[in-house]
Amino acid sequence: MMGLVQVIAAWTLPVIIAFIPTYAYFFRKIPVYETFIDGAKGGLPTVIKLMPHLVGMLVAVSVFRESGALDLLISALNPLLVPLGVPPEFLPMALLRSISGSGSMAIMTDIFQAHGPDSFLGKLASTMQGASDTTLYVLTVYFGSVGIRNARYAVKVGLLADLASVIASLAVVHLIFH
Amino acid sequence: MINAIWVFMIFAGVVVAALNGRMELVTNAVLNGAKQGVVVCLGLLSIMVFWLGLMKIAEAAGLVQSFAKVLYPLARFLYPSVPKDHPAMGSIVANMSANMLGLGNAATPLGLKAMRELQDLNPDKEKASDAMCTLLAINTSGLTIIPATVIGLRLQYGSTNPTEIVVSTLMATLLATTTAVLLDRYYRSRERKRWGGGP
Repeated sequence: MMGLVQVIAAWTLPVIIAFIPTYAYFFRKIPVYETFIDGAKGGLPTVIKLMPHLVGMLVAVSVFRESGALDLLISALNPLLVPLGVPPEFLPMALLRSISGSGSMAIMTDIFQAHGPDSFLGKLASTMQGASDTTLYVLTVYFGSVGIRNARYAVKVGLLADLASVIASLAVVHLIFH
Repeated sequence: MINAIWVFMIFAGVVVAALNGRMELVTNAVLNGAKQGVVVCLGLLSIMVFWLGLMKIAEAAGLVQSFAKVLYPLARFLYPSVPKDHPAMGSIVANMSANMLGLGNAATPLGLKAMRELQDLNPDKEKASDAMCTLLAINTSGLTIIPATVIGLRLQYGSTNPTEIVVSTLMATLLATTTAVLLDRYYRSRERKRWGGGP
């Protein structure tokens, strides 16, 4: 099972990358290289459009984290959450998950280092990292790339879904591994 | 709401740094954050250019369209406002499959392509359409079947069973994504009720 999943994870992308041009060239007679260049041209304008959004958001996230404000928020929330079965080491990661994917990944590797990936905490961190995405990043990039200013209820939904994934990860890991 | 979160993070950061007498941290954080924004963009640029090129081939070969047919019933249910044969449907489906396979790098360019095509359908170019909100809800809750990066990191840190978390991740992500879709529907109908009609 483990070997199989490893193989699937390693093979999916290369197989897709090889299959698409091969099929298009041999079975559909498509000028694959010219078609590739034509599509690839769209990359630069999209990324340029969203650069201001990413810079603005990451500056705010960085100020919030580096100043110690995030730590303060964590220590304020801990007394409320520990009785509910939330390990204190897990909270910073849960809070960071929505605003910085690389940040929560860094905390996950800290947890792996300190407690081991096979500990309860390690499994919990792995599950949560895999079970959700960085809401603020997705929001910034997706809406930023097409110039949407009014996100309506999307921010609320994204953050509540993150809360749901934290609760779901806690519940599932308690259920399966305890 | 995004305005409030942004202001809060900056304001709280500056106040906390001031109280600790560590104002220089804020200056460094601003410089580092801005730099990180550009670095993330450059990382995204390389993969965007490549995937958009590859997807153009897939589209020309009719692969995106035939793949879309398989996931079509689900996409139809999730995005009732997108016309049947619109190119956005193909991109939405391709983005959904890339997410499920844990191909995060591939999912973003496809999602952005879907966004661009949904923008063509959007009557108000500055306001997110229903379908855009759904696309966002599904992508922020990150529906994944194989969390490849996490498995890789677990292996790197000496896990005896790195793929042990696949089942728990799948259960948690299904719960989160279902919640996201339900909340998306709930807030939309609430908005309709409040304003009447709607876009």
